[in-house]
Amino acid sequence: MNEKIIYLDNAASTPIRPEAIDAMTTVLSDCYGNPSGAHKMAREARRLIDDARDTLSHGLGCDPKEVIFTAGGTEADNLAIFGTQGSRDGTILASATDHHAVIAPVEQLGGQFIQVDENGLLDLDHLTHLLDENVALVSVGLVNGETGIIQNLETMAEIVRSKAPKALIHTDAVQAFPWLDVASLTQSADLISIAGHKFGSPKGVGALVVRNGIKISPMQLGGGQELGIRSGTQNTAAIVAMAAAADVTVKNRKVTVERVAKMRDELADSLQKIPQSYETGVQVHNGTADRSHKIAGSCHFCFEGIESEALLFMLEQKNILASAASSCSSGAQDPSHVLAAMGYSRNLAGGSLRLSLGHSTTWEDVDIAMKVVPKFIESLRKTGS
Amino acid sequence: MKAKQKILVAMSGGVDSSVAAGLLQNEGFEVTGVTLKLWGGPSDTGCCSVSDVTDARRVADSLGIEHHVFNFGDEFEDNVVAPYVRSHAKGLTPNPCIECNRHLKFDKLIRRARALGFDLIATGHHARIVEHNNGLRIARGADFSKDQSYVLHMLSQSQLRQLKLPLGEMTKTEVRKIAASLNLRVADKPDSQDVCFISNVKGSRKKFLEQRIELTPAKVLDKNQRTVGEVESIEMVTIGQRKGLGLSGQGAPKYAVEIDAEKATVTVGEKSDLYCSTTEIKDLSWTDATYPTPVEVQTSAHGRTASAIVTSTVEWAKPHMKVAPGQSLVFYDGDVVVGSAIAE
Repeated sequence: MNEKIIYLDNAASTPIRPEAIDAMTTVLSDCYGNPSGAHKMAREARRLIDDARDTLSHGLGCDPKEVIFTAGGTEADNLAIFGTQGSRDGTILASATDHHAVIAPVEQLGGQFIQVDENGLLDLDHLTHLLDENVALVSVGLVNGETGIIQNLETMAEIVRSKAPKALIHTDAVQAFPWLDVASLTQSADLISIAGHKFGSPKGVGALVVRNGIKISPMQLGGGQELGIRSGTQNTAAIVAMAAAADVTVKNRKVTVERVAKMRDELADSLQKIPQSYETGVQVHNGTADRSHKIAGSCHFCFEGIESEALLFMLEQKNILASAASSCSSGAQDPSHVLAAMGYSRNLAGGSLRLSLGHSTTWEDVDIAMKVVPKFIESLRKTGS
Repeated sequence: MKAKQKILVAMSGGVDSSVAAGLLQNEGFEVTGVTLKLWGGPSDTGCCSVSDVTDARRVADSLGIEHHVFNFGDEFEDNVVAPYVRSHAKGLTPNPCIECNRHLKFDKLIRRARALGFDLIATGHHARIVEHNNGLRIARGADFSKDQSYVLHMLSQSQLRQLKLPLGEMTKTEVRKIAASLNLRVADKPDSQDVCFISNVKGSRKKFLEQRIELTPAKVLDKNQRTVGEVESIEMVTIGQRKGLGLSGQGAPKYAVEIDAEKATVTVGEKSDLYCSTTEIKDLSWTDATYPTPVEVQTSAHGRTASAIVTSTVEWAKPHMKVAPGQSLVFYDGDVVVGSAIAE
């Protein structure tokens, strides 16, 4: 892969930040001791992990002791849902548009799903209707992975606290961290999931914030690492890399968001001009699109009369890498449960395109996408596939 | 230098389509592999399971070709699975592989391939494309025991022009030898099952249908309309069936000779009652204005053929086993497919 790649799939994964690579390689070559051990290299590893915990806690607005390192966002979500279920009775609610890492555990535990409106925002009437004193956990993602739509957790939490005082609140903030001040927006949450590779760290590392005083049953037993909640030798290098990436992300967040939002707006405004195109969850008033409830990196459209797979194939031939809905394990594009929940027809949802920008996206990337996407859509509509 | 022709090879992860891709690459085509995700999630057992996609992808990797996955799940449900269930509900015997070929592999996939700039598509079917009466026709593959011309009988001239079947002249043994010589990891992989969306485990078909339709208990009648037994579901009975009719220990073996879904009755008779001289048909089509008579008629995917005169019905030269309504009848002139119809 030496040719110039136009990478517009940052919601799937991001390029690794140099700071993360530096931090990681130092650990890999110099600090391979087991962080649970007693000798000085082990103690050094443990110090690095605890420093990383401190760094993460700043970005997450929590106490360092509340940060439990996991092997990624899916594990954090599973731990939040199964872990609280193990120590509490009661029912579970989750947003119908949440990530599969939330939906699948909630389904398995017989939970219910909160509907969203056509703009992807939580239907608060439906939430109120579903809430009662038996609800033990409500899980709502802060930012949707497909559409980039931001939920108002504070409003949601107020309703939950009044109708279901015993309920814990979990938020999957995996997609939010690069773009939003997660520390302030998740103050009402008891459990918060993040994943490193969405903000410039390697894959296979994440964290679950478990607020002090909340009891959680471990999913795997063993050496009792991570306060006994997550046994297993910590991945020192990945944890250190995630903290380095989080640090840069938080420090640069304001600048990145401003820069990327400009590019995204220009890209999205130009795709709006394609006939029969629908920018997901965005209303246009007097020729101006209101994207205030979307993260800066998200440009998500549905185009009538085309199929995402065909469009993505053609974009790839031009080295433009993007996605549609979430990919399943076989690599096929699965029909989007998110768009279905928002009331999009299966046909229209089948013509979705997610161009997700990130910290490394350039104006050149955006210019090329603006030129190529409309051309390909026109060509696919002509050939009728 | 002439630009290489671009060909999209449908790769199921089995040995046949893997070898097809390898052969076309050696012939100088610019080959791209695609696996169709037609059915099920990560735990499915059929021909499009994740493990088969992995096989296809790893074969493509070893050949150094691009591999993609297309999700045609919605079209498969609408054009193959739903009609399959509806047919069973009517007491018919459907052939889902034919419908999959008709709607998915040779319609949807060809249209997708054209849209993406491919010149041709290819599959690993054991059948040949031949010139016959100034047109292209499907003909039997060289390996009679693996011949798949029956399930490809519906291909049109335009589809045949855009299709290559590289295995048509080969036996399965030769295919496996080539797979081994190309070092393909699937060289010894067993052949796939018949209906890819229903597993081979006993009772699976019933379980599958039960989830989608209410199964109807039926009376089993003898030729004199006397009730001699019962079956749990008429949808599970096929013409010619002997087992599972609840009649064991009642004298000479009895076979299902007639199924009436509306009245919910299955009539049983002797083996001799299974034979008929005429089969009623619908959807008759011929590849040419003139066609031979009699023709050789094949009534199932791997069945023998029998001679018959085809008009608006099929008149068998010798008494023929009853054809289950819903089954395709494919007409051959020698090795060449010249027409088809569906048994009523």
